[in-house]
Amino acid sequence: MAWFGGSRSTAKVAASRDDLIMRAGLLLLIAWLLLAVALPLWTLLSKSFQNRDGAFVGLANYATYFSTPALFHSALNSLHVAAMVTLIVVPLAFVYAYALTRAVLPFRWFFQGVALVPIFAPSLLPGLALIYLFGNQGFFKALLGGGSIYGFEGIVTAQVFYCFPHATMILVTALALADSRLYEAAISLRASPLRIFLTVTLPGVRYGLISAMLVVFTLVLTDFGIAKVIGGNFNVLATDVYKQVIGQQNFEMGAVVGMVLLAPAALAFVVDRIVQRRQVAMLTARAVPLMPRPQAGRDLALLAFCLTIAAGILAVLGMAVWGSLIKYWPYNLSLSWANYAFGNFDANGWNSFANSIELAFGTAIFGTALIFAGAWLMERTRGFALGRAVAQLLAFVPMAVPGLVLGLSYIFFFNAPANPLNFLYGTMAILTLNTIAHFYTTAHLTATTALKQIDPEFEAVSASLKVPVWRTFFRVTVPICLPTLVDIAIYMFVNALTTVSAAIFLYSTDTKLASIAAVNIEDTGAVAAAAAMCVMIVVTAASVKAAHLVADRFVLHRFQAWRRR
Amino acid sequence: MTTAAESGAPAYLSVRALGKRFGDFEALRGVSLDMRQGEFVCFLGPSGCGKTTLLRAIAGLDPQTSGTIRQGGVDVSLLPPSRRDFGIVFQSYALFPNLSVAANVGYGLVGGKTGRAAIAARVGDLLTLVGLPDSGAKYPAQLSGGQQQRVALARALAMSPGLLLLDEPLSALDARVRVRLRHEIKALQRTLGVTTIMVTHDQEEALTMADRIVVMNHGVIEQVGAPDEIYRRPATAFVADFVGAMTFLDGRLESDGTARVGDLRLVCADVDGLAAGTAVRVAIRPEDIQVRGVAATAVNRIAVEIADLDFLGAFCRATLKTVSTGPSAGASPPVAIVADFSSNLMRDLDLAVGKPIAIALPADRLRVFAAR
Ligand SMILES: Nc1ncnc2c1ncn2[C@@H]1O[C@H](COP(=O)(O)OP(=O)(O)O)[C@@H](O)[C@H]1O
Ligand SMILES: [Mg+2]
Repeated sequence: MAWFGGSRSTAKVAASRDDLIMRAGLLLLIAWLLLAVALPLWTLLSKSFQNRDGAFVGLANYATYFSTPALFHSALNSLHVAAMVTLIVVPLAFVYAYALTRAVLPFRWFFQGVALVPIFAPSLLPGLALIYLFGNQGFFKALLGGGSIYGFEGIVTAQVFYCFPHATMILVTALALADSRLYEAAISLRASPLRIFLTVTLPGVRYGLISAMLVVFTLVLTDFGIAKVIGGNFNVLATDVYKQVIGQQNFEMGAVVGMVLLAPAALAFVVDRIVQRRQVAMLTARAVPLMPRPQAGRDLALLAFCLTIAAGILAVLGMAVWGSLIKYWPYNLSLSWANYAFGNFDANGWNSFANSIELAFGTAIFGTALIFAGAWLMERTRGFALGRAVAQLLAFVPMAVPGLVLGLSYIFFFNAPANPLNFLYGTMAILTLNTIAHFYTTAHLTATTALKQIDPEFEAVSASLKVPVWRTFFRVTVPICLPTLVDIAIYMFVNALTTVSAAIFLYSTDTKLASIAAVNIEDTGAVAAAAAMCVMIVVTAASVKAAHLVADRFVLHRFQAWRRR
Repeated sequence: MTTAAESGAPAYLSVRALGKRFGDFEALRGVSLDMRQGEFVCFLGPSGCGKTTLLRAIAGLDPQTSGTIRQGGVDVSLLPPSRRDFGIVFQSYALFPNLSVAANVGYGLVGGKTGRAAIAARVGDLLTLVGLPDSGAKYPAQLSGGQQQRVALARALAMSPGLLLLDEPLSALDARVRVRLRHEIKALQRTLGVTTIMVTHDQEEALTMADRIVVMNHGVIEQVGAPDEIYRRPATAFVADFVGAMTFLDGRLESDGTARVGDLRLVCADVDGLAAGTAVRVAIRPEDIQVRGVAATAVNRIAVEIADLDFLGAFCRATLKTVSTGPSAGASPPVAIVADFSSNLMRDLDLAVGKPIAIALPADRLRVFAAR
């Protein structure tokens, strides 16, 4: 166990009880990450090199894939859609974020809030709204001039709605980091506004722009809900995986499509990490934040822009809400709750909503505890460098893996008869496990950032006072990081509610989720009921977030008296 | 390198041939050191010289790569921090921000067999000891930097540790508070008699507080000694330069035991056993330069001109340039010497820039180091 002591040359100091506890914790965490992430992915990879009987066939499946035009074409379609959405969303989000950070906007909080709304919706919601607006019986069908919303245009439009908040958040962060001294210097050198924009503003956010493009590209590429609802005959990778596995039970080809989907997502992730590292290096501690000054013409133009975008977002959302309340579209527009009687549309009825809530709570509670404790172990375990490095690497993998691919890999791994964990298949436990794993990285990064901000010597002090390290963890570290823990819990909660992709492969009749039910109901043609289910999800997710904001303002600060000077 | 314990009493802390590597970088090399029970020792040296590394090795927080550490007669080299006997104050204080001052101080007391009342009494005593009897209910953020420092000290002392470790405890404070706390910490240490190591890069702090100073440079100990010894008899040119102000004159030893510096021949009381012909650095402190009553025949008499005067309040720091006379005049460039003149002296001798004067460098105040 030479590697237990950390770097080779250091004297092997006997591990204290604290050290042993933390190393054991780290080993458990690694075991968990192997089980929940690495091994399933490994199974998926090997599956793509096997035939139906499990014999190794080398690249045969891949050869079939790339020589079957129908399959290969989907990959091109996916790239096409992703590129198009990126080109549309990133400029829109940039102007919106620019307005939020650099202009004097009235009701800034409103525009900021509206931009985030799509995050609380499952991705199929904008698809359903578009069906109401432009579908075969849509209000504005005539505007399409004989064209159809089902297909490329529909997917792109819905994806723009779905991806907008993600790009906006990244760009707001990037734009907010500006150093006003650079602008003062540029103005004192009499640079024109255009020149300042090109030489100061754009270079300052270039990493943010790249990051936003990569994130949007990956989101579009890997999203399932929108393509499923409004894709029509326009096949993309995400729907192909589903069709191969669920429709045709062709698991090998499903695995290949999964790998084809994984490759660009993983590549985008790696590039993004490199870019983010640069962004951090650009930050100087002495930067003076920029305070926007009023400038009537610019502010008015940006206000008009923001109003248009906000109206668009609210229109899509409002359409879904309204559609869910209408008796019989488009013939009887009177309002009713009929579409919310889910029992009439899906055997599970309201149960799937209850399942979603159960999953959201489970994910929030267990996920937050696991991820925060894990981040702490990775940050603060003494020695055991190899273990820390392995855990860190594994913690980053989930972000590179599309949910659909992770879900698929779970089928292969947990459904294998030889796997002793086989009994988990089809339970709420596997959905929870999968959802925590799927959203692990973002939450882990949030926890790590918070932990890096607290004094690194708490554990040392605790050891010198002979207090066990876990007591300091619960008595000091956790209370200090309480706001972060709540943030992580909300993040997990919202994502567990809205996610479709991974769960679509893992639910059983008893554990069907609301978002899956919406997909299934839509499949039967009951668009209004599907919209109603989506509305339930949005309302729940948004209420939880709103409750968090209110609690943060009026309640949580009572536990934080020590922060005040 | 002076490392042996004074006298026969066994050392309380004994560090032997300690080495520490960070990859290829050697942060500590062959560090050996003995401390008596109750002694106050300062590790002094420029930033990055390995002071913190040595302190953390002694605490077991960052174990050494080689060498041994004995504390109270026990080999602790391989023990984890929780099984060693020390209290520590970090530069950041590392106070628990969400716990009250009293809870911070009593943090290590809870959980033992001591009762609540006993703990409260002990915390009260400790807070009184550091001069904060009424601050127990406050949170650290509500205290000034100096008060936080004292809370950290009280917490470190709570378990009555055998060894108190302080890593730059005063560096985050402003100048006035720092001077006051120097005295308070020193007085407290003397009262409790706790063996203490303090890391600092501030020579004044080390000179005023320490019983003994360990001067470090580039991961090795340059000299260990009492403050006046370090100041008066620096063992190396580095120590001479780092502690206090010093003029260095580069020269060469002659066969008659004098040092030739440019046109000057300086008589030195002690040439440190160096052989004739050795390249040397002759060092003298600004305050040791004699100006009053320099007889024409005085030893090491030098004719100089005042090239520059810096007013520093109580005294002036002068830069003097030698004025060449005699046959070899102008053969060598003039030599610069720094001297401190009291205000009295300035007035009495009517000193001003450009004025020629005669000074003497007392032979017993000259230190001779081999040039590296
Ligand atoms: N964890 C580490 N990894 C690599 N180098 C280190 C580490 N800690 C300290 N060092 C290096 O060791 C040297 C001594 O550091 P330190 O003991 O902190 O100096 P100081 O005397 O200022 O307290 C420095 O050059 C520092 O860069
Ligand atoms: Mg230091």
